[in-house]
Amino acid sequence: MTDALDTQIDLWRAHMERRATVTTTDVDELEDHLRGHIESLTAAGLSDDEAFLVAMKRLGSQDDIAHEFARENSKRLWKQLVLGASEDEARGARASGWLPAVLFAVAGAALVRLPLFGDINGWAGESYARAAGVIGLAAVVAYLLWRNAPGRTLTAAVAGGMAALAALALMYPLRAGGDAFISTMLHVPVAAWLLVGLAYAGDRWRTTEGRMDFVRFTGEWVIYMTLLALGGGVLMGISALVASAAGVDPATVLTEWILPCGVGGAAVIATWLVEAKRSVIENMAPVLARVFTPLFTLTFGVLLVVVLASGNILNLDRNLLAVCNAILVLAAGLVLYSLTARSDDARTGWFDWLQVALVTGALALDLLALVNIVTRIGDGGWTFNRTVVLGANLILLANLAVSAWLLIRVTRDEGGAVLRLERWQTALLPVYGVWVLVVIVVLPPAFSLLKT
Amino acid sequence: MDIPKDLVAASATPLVLTILAEADSYGYAIIKRVAELSAGQLEWTEGLLYPLLHRLERQGHIEGTWGASESGRKRKYYRLTADGRAALAGHQAQWRTVSTALEGAWTAIKLDFGPSGAFA
Repeated sequence: MTDALDTQIDLWRAHMERRATVTTTDVDELEDHLRGHIESLTAAGLSDDEAFLVAMKRLGSQDDIAHEFARENSKRLWKQLVLGASEDEARGARASGWLPAVLFAVAGAALVRLPLFGDINGWAGESYARAAGVIGLAAVVAYLLWRNAPGRTLTAAVAGGMAALAALALMYPLRAGGDAFISTMLHVPVAAWLLVGLAYAGDRWRTTEGRMDFVRFTGEWVIYMTLLALGGGVLMGISALVASAAGVDPATVLTEWILPCGVGGAAVIATWLVEAKRSVIENMAPVLARVFTPLFTLTFGVLLVVVLASGNILNLDRNLLAVCNAILVLAAGLVLYSLTARSDDARTGWFDWLQVALVTGALALDLLALVNIVTRIGDGGWTFNRTVVLGANLILLANLAVSAWLLIRVTRDEGGAVLRLERWQTALLPVYGVWVLVVIVVLPPAFSLLKT
Repeated sequence: MDIPKDLVAASATPLVLTILAEADSYGYAIIKRVAELSAGQLEWTEGLLYPLLHRLERQGHIEGTWGASESGRKRKYYRLTADGRAALAGHQAQWRTVSTALEGAWTAIKLDFGPSGAFA
């Protein structure tokens, strides 16, 4: 082939690589294709120029190719939106409008604030604490249902689910501040968030892709909530300083009005931002995953060393166990989050090995925690708290063990391993839901924790 | 003959799997083989083939490795995996069922447009 032809192909390459939806390896493959076609044409008697033109024509317009590649390379909704898939257009228009989001945010703020008018130190306050997850996320669910319009059955299921969850949270007479009370308070938000997922994924909730989208949404929502909380915190700090300087006590206004309203509103605004500003966070997610995975791996190492060095492996401090659990949940979340940031054609690299290290560390920590819990149960018998912690740890153990095994297969570049990991992680979502219901509904009466 | 887009899309996966079951191959050769098998009736575009190859690779049905062409160019070769072989068996059973049903029905009503497209 001549230099002139190479120049032309290089030019085509440069144009093609500028497309956001086509990766460099995609272009490599297409270039081989193009050159192969040109070779067979020149062999048939065409000149280089003619062959190039014919092959280009055959390859189709760059727009068409980029479009087709985008379909496969990206399951992300926003990219399909950019390409103008008709079905998603209506959804896109609804997703980007800020006014509805603000209206729902105001409703969310009101919903969080209203119960505070009641007898906050008595029955109303207790109910509020137990159902906080439902109250705080009701506006998010409503906004998602309005935006996605997922069909009557699903809408009814989600709305009914939220109502049922609130009813279940308030069903038993529990001692305020008791073990069952606190565990209900902590578990209701998890179940409510799964209902948010149902509202978000819509009719695609059965599919791995739909659930992965929800996981992505969760990660990005948390990022936006964190950013909003930081901004809100700074604003509240400044307001407090100004008010104090002016001789007014700002505590009541800040804690009873600004804070609850801010949290209720921010939950909806973050939901809107995830959809409306997709491309921003999509670029950030891989970076965050890469920053925090090494840090967490390091933390696990340190924690393991601390625990082992204490020389008291079988009788860990109760608080240390609680910390371990919190960190384990974070680790499982981080694996899931990294998965969403992984591009499909990513090759195995140091990052995958780091993830294996992270999960292995988490697994070791989880086993340690489990041994401790089982020892406690053996010594002191079954209690409500021990059962709750044991269940959560067993689910985590299954999650981490299978994840570790699948991650090792990913590092070996086995075909379909990433997909299997996605399937496994998303298949667990309903399991969390079932366990949460067991903790809220079955365990309190089973341990006779109901107030008589 | 103009084969509708839906039919082309539906038959694309079993065709690619079948061609890779014959031998390991690469993009351009697969497109040529498709044209050959269909006597030039099926003309695949690159926009159809490559995303499909990448999807099958992600599903673990085929496996791609970068190698070199005869002239030393970078080229991606694809190979059928055990999973892909199983998937192909499934496709084969499905297509046989459809084809048998159609043939059976056509024989029953003695409808035969013949290869030229005219009533026989």
